[in-house]
Amino acid sequence: MDYSQFLNMSQELSLLAVILILFVADLFMCAEDTTLTAHHSQSAGRPACRNKSVLRTPLPVILLTLHTVLGIAPLVCSSCCPTDITAFGGMYVSSAMAIVVKTILSVGTIIIFLTAHEWLKQPEMANKQGEYYTLTLFTLLGMYFMVSAGHFLMFFIGLELASVPMTALIAYSKRSQESAEAAAKYILTALFSSGLMLYGLSLLYGTTGTLYFAGIASQIDATNLVQLAALVLFIGGIGFKISLVPFHLWTADAYQGAPTAVTSYLSVISKGAAAFVLFVVLAKVFSPMIEQANLLFFWVIIISITLANIFAVRQKNIKRFMAFSAISQAGYLVLGVMGATPQGLTAIVYYLLVYMAANLGVFLIISITEQRSRNDRLVSQSGGECSGKGLLISDYNGFYRTNPKLSFLMTLALFSLAGIPPFAGFFSKFFMFMAAFKAGFVVLVFIALVNTVISLYYYLLIVKAMYINPSDEPIAPFKSDCYTRAGLALCTAGVLLVGIISWFYTYIDQFSFGL
Amino acid sequence: MNFLSLFVLIPLLMLLGLWLAKGVKAVRGVMVAGSTLLLVLAVYLTFDYLAQRAAGNNAEMLYQAAFTWFEPLNISYRVGVDGISVAMLLLSAVIVFTGTFVSWKLSPNLKDYFLWFTLLSMGVFGFFISIDMFMMFMFYEIALIPMYLLIGVWGTGRKEYSAMKLTLMLMGGSAFLMLGIFGIFYGAGGNTMNILDIANHTGGAHPIDFAGQCIWFPLTFVGFGVLGALFPFHTWSPDGHASAPTAVSMLHAGVLMKLGGYGCFRIAIYLLPEAANELSWIFLILTGISVVYGAMSACVQTDLKYINAYSSVSHCGLVLFGILMLTTTSTTGAVLQMLSHGLMTALFFALIGMIYGRTHTRDVRQMAGLMQIMPFLSVCFVIAGLANLGLPGLSGFVAEMSIFVGSFQNTDTFHRVLTIMATCSIVVAAVYILRMVGRMLYGVCTDEHHLKLTDATWEERFAVICLIISIAGIGLFPSWISQLISDSVAPVIDTVKQVGPLVSTCNPFM
Repeated sequence: MDYSQFLNMSQELSLLAVILILFVADLFMCAEDTTLTAHHSQSAGRPACRNKSVLRTPLPVILLTLHTVLGIAPLVCSSCCPTDITAFGGMYVSSAMAIVVKTILSVGTIIIFLTAHEWLKQPEMANKQGEYYTLTLFTLLGMYFMVSAGHFLMFFIGLELASVPMTALIAYSKRSQESAEAAAKYILTALFSSGLMLYGLSLLYGTTGTLYFAGIASQIDATNLVQLAALVLFIGGIGFKISLVPFHLWTADAYQGAPTAVTSYLSVISKGAAAFVLFVVLAKVFSPMIEQANLLFFWVIIISITLANIFAVRQKNIKRFMAFSAISQAGYLVLGVMGATPQGLTAIVYYLLVYMAANLGVFLIISITEQRSRNDRLVSQSGGECSGKGLLISDYNGFYRTNPKLSFLMTLALFSLAGIPPFAGFFSKFFMFMAAFKAGFVVLVFIALVNTVISLYYYLLIVKAMYINPSDEPIAPFKSDCYTRAGLALCTAGVLLVGIISWFYTYIDQFSFGL
Repeated sequence: MNFLSLFVLIPLLMLLGLWLAKGVKAVRGVMVAGSTLLLVLAVYLTFDYLAQRAAGNNAEMLYQAAFTWFEPLNISYRVGVDGISVAMLLLSAVIVFTGTFVSWKLSPNLKDYFLWFTLLSMGVFGFFISIDMFMMFMFYEIALIPMYLLIGVWGTGRKEYSAMKLTLMLMGGSAFLMLGIFGIFYGAGGNTMNILDIANHTGGAHPIDFAGQCIWFPLTFVGFGVLGALFPFHTWSPDGHASAPTAVSMLHAGVLMKLGGYGCFRIAIYLLPEAANELSWIFLILTGISVVYGAMSACVQTDLKYINAYSSVSHCGLVLFGILMLTTTSTTGAVLQMLSHGLMTALFFALIGMIYGRTHTRDVRQMAGLMQIMPFLSVCFVIAGLANLGLPGLSGFVAEMSIFVGSFQNTDTFHRVLTIMATCSIVVAAVYILRMVGRMLYGVCTDEHHLKLTDATWEERFAVICLIISIAGIGLFPSWISQLISDSVAPVIDTVKQVGPLVSTCNPFM
């Protein structure tokens, strides 16, 4: 065996290195550190502990940044378009686009780590910080394998590696019932959908005798009903990860129950990886069945977008609201799959990048307001994890009066989600619709466009809550910490610049012809 | 890069300046500096444009500049102006300038208000200078969305309802529009978003087939028509105008609604000439209804802003009406009407805002004898009213005259009957204007609170006088501006007429 093959997986290896470093570093971190909570701080100063605890958010963030830069560097530095690299006889395929997607995912994870800082500072989280980072990065590693898979076994291992630690993350708030319930719902539906997908894969294996993407593609016959069933089952399994309707039932509860840092991870990173893989598998494996897949997605997209939009209008809890918004955004994301054109692939990856900036921006602000208003409530409620059901949209009433800057940034992010120029969301939506229109799905584009108006309505409801609705008890003014600010700066830069500066789109586009 | 891009760059710098500005004075300073610069730039552009035309430069669009933006999708940043856009830029600059002075003492959060206000004006300016469909659409939407916050936060009355209704209806329109733009882009081969190339079949664009045109024309026309207050889609306009703060009403009725007419002309008619010939009759009927229905509705309103808003529906209907008649005279008239209505309605809204700020009522029935209490505002109000009903010597007359004369140049019965019906709106306009002026300004004041009110302050006078000068300027010397416009309208109408005479095969009334 040629061990130099491992070097082809440089991104995965460096991520693994990051995980191991964090794993070891966690051993040396101080366990009982009460100095960090704002309210009980001053007296119990333990300088030694403090020094170590300083490393907590910076260490993972710095390591991950390093990993991201190292991952994308070869691609940016080389002038020509690199060819696909395969390892282990084609089980692992690393295309340039896959590297771009992985980079987007890891940048998103960095922002999520910045989001998590405030949450992990809580006293009851002191023991569990290290695990949070390792678990999150393991799911990321799983997604890396999914994205680079050239074989269904590799793909399935990646999928499982991405879902199982996720359950632990969703159940992270030990004392919160919602969190446990959400995790239970997640793991049950995840297992069920994995089962469906495995069954589909077994059908594929039965009819073709191989699990290599390249090997299957040549034997796919659009009239073969067994293979058609395999396609449907595959879409069912992956639809769960992307949370498309009718596989979305776990989404709202899981999003609401999970800690916000995990919710944002669920809503962007795991969704993005799955959407990319869906495209790759459809284009590489099921290309002779593209007609049938299009028919399927035609309805799935319409139902996803419409149903999620209608449900989102009625939500009162902000995280539940974001769950339905994420489902409808997933519908838009999958729009690029229609026809499996190169333009569609560019649109998906670009949409993912833009969606990441905007959605993580919103979640950052939700997270920080949640933490700060929780601190307020802690004072009055005498400790313990907050028993409330989380922030409601109406809690944001009057937010503009107390925190004008944050509400301004939130507005920008929401406008980007709604697809309003000059923010990046407009560009990504426009290009997505353009790709689908070019592929010939005019009616679908029209329905999606009508739905953007509905989605604008509910995004504006939040803007309205912040700016217009009066409130007797608005969230008190607060200053966010430097990590949150850094994260917000990244997201806002993304929202403002990724669209207007055409380099991002053009850069992504040059890799889309490889598939 | 040429100096047209300054129209976008200056608002961008203003946004930056506003963001950095501390204190009310700095904010006002930035706004005054920026809007003055824009006005100077627009005036300079007008003179330079006229000079270039006089020197014999007969390119379709002047000052063209372009650089590739999204290369894989053939989207460019491309600017250029013709006479119509020059007129519109001038109008926008005047209104933004006066709007700044009208919102001088607005509270709370003057800074944030001006931030959104400037974003809106950036969208408007960008829209008028762009000749790339993508860019145009982008600026169009940039101009729409700040409206939500401007009305929702700083408005009066049922502001939340109106703001939401307005935003959703306009965005719904832009959903149609986006589909229409895709249709035109891919229908013409998908090689260029440049409007000139698509219209002249150059730069890799081929003619769009007739069946396609007949689908995309209604979509784009309705898409822009929503903003131009086309009949069944006009309902956002009265509510929106009534709830908006003064300067926003001015900018909205004065400039934003013109985006609709301009877009209908520039994209729907210009790029889809065959479908325009075939299907214009449907929209002519709708705009005819707008014209008459708007005027009638204004008659029964008692709220000043609603009166003016419905009169705007009527006048903007006339804009679309003139464009759809597809003669050079009527279309020139329509563009003149955009200009004239923009100035006049801005003046109206400004005055209504000033009067409302004093009397705290907009109900016509609760005011009387204001002429003695605030003579300056009242006289200006009368002038605005006379301009509205089309008195010769003021801008409204020239515009409406050209539209009706141009419309009558179509010799068939259908167009002539519609023209005659639309002409009736002038009479109705006289009814609601004179009734309003008579009730409010003359008679004896019964409310003792009103007796203590003061007349306009300096910044109010300044804003109002600027607008009146512009209105009278167009009214007294219409030839230079109508020349400016008709030179640019003629080639477009010629392209449309080349396709065939204005005879529709599917019009049952012909």
